[in-house]
Amino acid sequence: MLTLLRIIAWLLLLAIVAALALIFVPARHTGPQPVEMAAAGATGDPDAAALYAARVADCAGCHTADDGEPFAGGRPIPSPFGAIYSPNITPDPETGIGGITLDQFRAALYDGIGRDGRNLYPAMPYDSYRELSEADVEDLYHYFTKVLAPVRNEPRETDLPFPLDQRWGIRAWKLVGLPEAGFEPRFDDPVLDRGAYLVEGPGHCGACHSPRNLVYAQAGFTSEDPDFLTGGEIGGWTAPDLRSDQSAIARWSDADLKLFLASGRNAHAGVRGEMKLAIEHSLQYFSDDDLSAVVAYLRAIGPAGAGSGAGAAEAPPVGQPIPRVDRLADESATETERLLSAAEPGMPLGARLYLDNCAACHFVDGKGADQIFPALDGNSLVTAPKVTGLVSTILAGAALPSTGERPAAVRMPGFADRLSDAEVAELATFVRGAWHNDAPAVKEEDVRGLRDAGAD
Amino acid sequence: MARQEKKKDVVIIGLGWTGSILGMELANEGLEVLALERGDDRDTVPDFEYPKVADELRYGIRYGFMQKPRNSTLTIRRTLDETALPYRVLGSFLPGDGVGGAGIHWNGQTWRPQAVEYRLRSHVEEAFGADIIPPEMRLQDWGVTAEELEPHLTRFEYLLGISGKAGNLDGTIVAGGNPFEAPRSKEYPLPPLVNTYDSVLFADAARAMGYHPFPRPSANASAAYVNEYGMQLGPCNYCGFCERFGCLNYSKSSPQTCVLDALKRKPNFEYRVRSEVLRIEKAADGKTATGVTYFDERAGEEVFQPADLVVLCAYSLHNVHLLLLSEIGTPYDPRSGEGVVGRNYSYQMNGGTTLFFKDKEFNPFVGNGSGGITIDDFSMSQIDFAKEGFIGGSYITAGHTGGRPIQQMALPPDTPSWGAGWKRAVGEWYGHAMSIGSHGSNMAYRDTCLDLDPTYKDRHGRPLMRMTFDWKPNDIRMTQFMKSKIEPIAKSMNPDIMRSSFKSEGAAYDVRPYQTTHNVGGAIMGADRATSAVNRYLQSWDLHNLFVMGASAFPQNIQYNPTGAVGGLAYWAVAAIRKDYLPNPRPLM
Repeated sequence: MLTLLRIIAWLLLLAIVAALALIFVPARHTGPQPVEMAAAGATGDPDAAALYAARVADCAGCHTADDGEPFAGGRPIPSPFGAIYSPNITPDPETGIGGITLDQFRAALYDGIGRDGRNLYPAMPYDSYRELSEADVEDLYHYFTKVLAPVRNEPRETDLPFPLDQRWGIRAWKLVGLPEAGFEPRFDDPVLDRGAYLVEGPGHCGACHSPRNLVYAQAGFTSEDPDFLTGGEIGGWTAPDLRSDQSAIARWSDADLKLFLASGRNAHAGVRGEMKLAIEHSLQYFSDDDLSAVVAYLRAIGPAGAGSGAGAAEAPPVGQPIPRVDRLADESATETERLLSAAEPGMPLGARLYLDNCAACHFVDGKGADQIFPALDGNSLVTAPKVTGLVSTILAGAALPSTGERPAAVRMPGFADRLSDAEVAELATFVRGAWHNDAPAVKEEDVRGLRDAGAD
Repeated sequence: MARQEKKKDVVIIGLGWTGSILGMELANEGLEVLALERGDDRDTVPDFEYPKVADELRYGIRYGFMQKPRNSTLTIRRTLDETALPYRVLGSFLPGDGVGGAGIHWNGQTWRPQAVEYRLRSHVEEAFGADIIPPEMRLQDWGVTAEELEPHLTRFEYLLGISGKAGNLDGTIVAGGNPFEAPRSKEYPLPPLVNTYDSVLFADAARAMGYHPFPRPSANASAAYVNEYGMQLGPCNYCGFCERFGCLNYSKSSPQTCVLDALKRKPNFEYRVRSEVLRIEKAADGKTATGVTYFDERAGEEVFQPADLVVLCAYSLHNVHLLLLSEIGTPYDPRSGEGVVGRNYSYQMNGGTTLFFKDKEFNPFVGNGSGGITIDDFSMSQIDFAKEGFIGGSYITAGHTGGRPIQQMALPPDTPSWGAGWKRAVGEWYGHAMSIGSHGSNMAYRDTCLDLDPTYKDRHGRPLMRMTFDWKPNDIRMTQFMKSKIEPIAKSMNPDIMRSSFKSEGAAYDVRPYQTTHNVGGAIMGADRATSAVNRYLQSWDLHNLFVMGASAFPQNIQYNPTGAVGGLAYWAVAAIRKDYLPNPRPLM
């Protein structure tokens, strides 16, 4: 008994010492990581290279608030524990990061340690940024200290509930949550290695597209990890699996994938949710070579044999009219097309709501129109495990990002003022089971909580 | 004392079709461009969003997208001896309002004039002799030819993603297209729309009579489309809400769908809405414009906006009004026939026959603004003016544009206009009617013109513009000729009832019923500064840094809807500005 108490006392003491160490002993900073691989197309212009590095790392996606100055912070980043507000990373000496040293800057990117020694919330994807090359770190440092103009803006303080507001806890979390620093080329192919670097490192795609483990750390950081990029969740939305045989990577052509990443739209889909920000602030600026590298890498890590993009029925290309066949006479027509084309007054409510509200753009075949009206048949947002994306879209509408390649900010109107919660649930249930879709029903309660969420 | 804004390279007056195109092309040149639009901003969502825009009462009857006469109107009279009165209630024509202008509420018919129309006076003199021209008619050439405009018309059609079928590719006649069109260098960007039932019946009847039916060139997209600016259209769903409405479906070409999001991305482009230009300011020597003075509605004050280049891109009537108010160019005097600004106003001469069939179901609610079938067998180039006794021509066409309950409820003659009899007729005839229309030219005359009204003023205290216009015997003979061609086609289709509506001898211009918003002329183009306000590059003869876009440049009206020619002229003019004017600003002629 005495022995047991003694053991417990020792363990307690050890825990206290460990906690005190976590709180008071300064953390060591990870040093520069030379990465042996071809860099992005060097422009020779250091400012342009710096801007490119900042865009590839998508710093603006989190550090720019809606209607705020670029990089001046204040954007709420959704987490399961509450919103985390991004800081101002312009070189303003008082409210931003003016005066930061390269070592301090690298420590934030690699180790999640702020200039004042505080542990940064892992909403900052330093777990992915640990793969950044020293060259990119220096480019980013150049951009955020020399190129960007300072903006005075004191963003709102993050205020998470206890114990999540105890920053030393983050340090403990890092001990289990962070991967090794540095990027190891492993494909023996400069294009695939560049793609791996972009996706795993600066692009931090895994932050949304990978699942989280028990301590909410990203489940894998490279393609060697089986769970990496197999789908995650962000703000209640599903971030789709990028590695299964049902993924967009497996079903779309290279050209479709590149167009989606550059413009948020292609023959199959229109971008929604947080991915819109990634395209708006980052992916639309990727060089053609880098987009190709990303697509090649995603193909290489997908299921064996996938990747021709031949798995999906292609929408008619631009300039080719939608074939107007008689769906009732056409043997290849799906049950859904027959139901909608027959338009019997007694059809189920979901089908009628689809005809009255959706068919004008998305058509009775659910295939939409190339680059402008997303296909709903086989759309991962429609069939996602989390219904938040689909229901929010029906309620609040959607807008494609304006990009250099496709400037039109095409908008779908919201239907919140036209459909009741029960009707939205019926309609969502219908499209989740229409054509080739086979996803479970949506409940009226699922809709109720989302009704007040605004459009983006 | 007017507020003064920072100088711009270019100021554009009006942000509709031509303002958007000039904005894009001049911004691509690297110039600092400002567009001033007196109306509100508009975008597909929320302004045209489904289903709110499909509201006939709000937009069809109460003119939600049109100018309010209390803000802007003109006075109208039929003869020089009448006293003009203000056009207080919209009727005969419907100028658009706001960003996108009439480009949001048009039907989308996108035609090219025939080759003879650009040189109508020369054509008439060469083919028939000058003595067939009535003495009061002011027939003029444009100063530009079909060959010169061709690449620019093509560019405009590819900007808009026009659905159609070429009939003359570089001189080779193509089956299924319009064999009487001027040669074109390329097929239309999109294939024709699917025909509605009425247009199939019309095509069959016309073909049986030896005519040459072809699909109307349409700015309602038959398929998804991406244009040179990366802007996009979605396939039309034939909802029947084109004319008077913005498109809820990204299917109708408009400045919004074809240009504006791309233009708004440019850091060197800016636009200000609710900014009505009051006058174009002239330099002391009277050779250049120094900028414009506009009324900033939100600040409630006048603003002077200096600029090196001024491009007038307002509606054709407003272009003329602004030139008159700014005292640019000599105002036209209809008594002496001297002067140029306000000269050669003309309109459009249309007619039609409605056919009622007890046993045919047309489902007219399936339609779009500019699908359908046309014949050009009685167009300008196909008529012997000497033999027929008029100068002019029409295209003849059918195609349901919608089946809206208020305005598209065709009922047989002698039906009561309200009450039980009307209700019974609606039940009996809705969906059983179609019409065959003629859309024709209108010549300009010594006394069809625009000047400043001596009595009435607008809300800024400026004189209203005064229109003098009436129908003339030449044009009435033209429309009666079309009646004689349409009625036999209609009869061959065996309707139960037929009702024709064509202007006949003695017809007087009535501003109340809607006719067409194809008001043209008043700042016409030409090769001679004594008879035109702008040169062949749409450059003011008087101020070389002022260019005037739009149908105000047409010396007389063509037989077609004007937008195709307006867009082609805009690209033609901006090409001259980029290539010849900017490197060396001067009079180009």
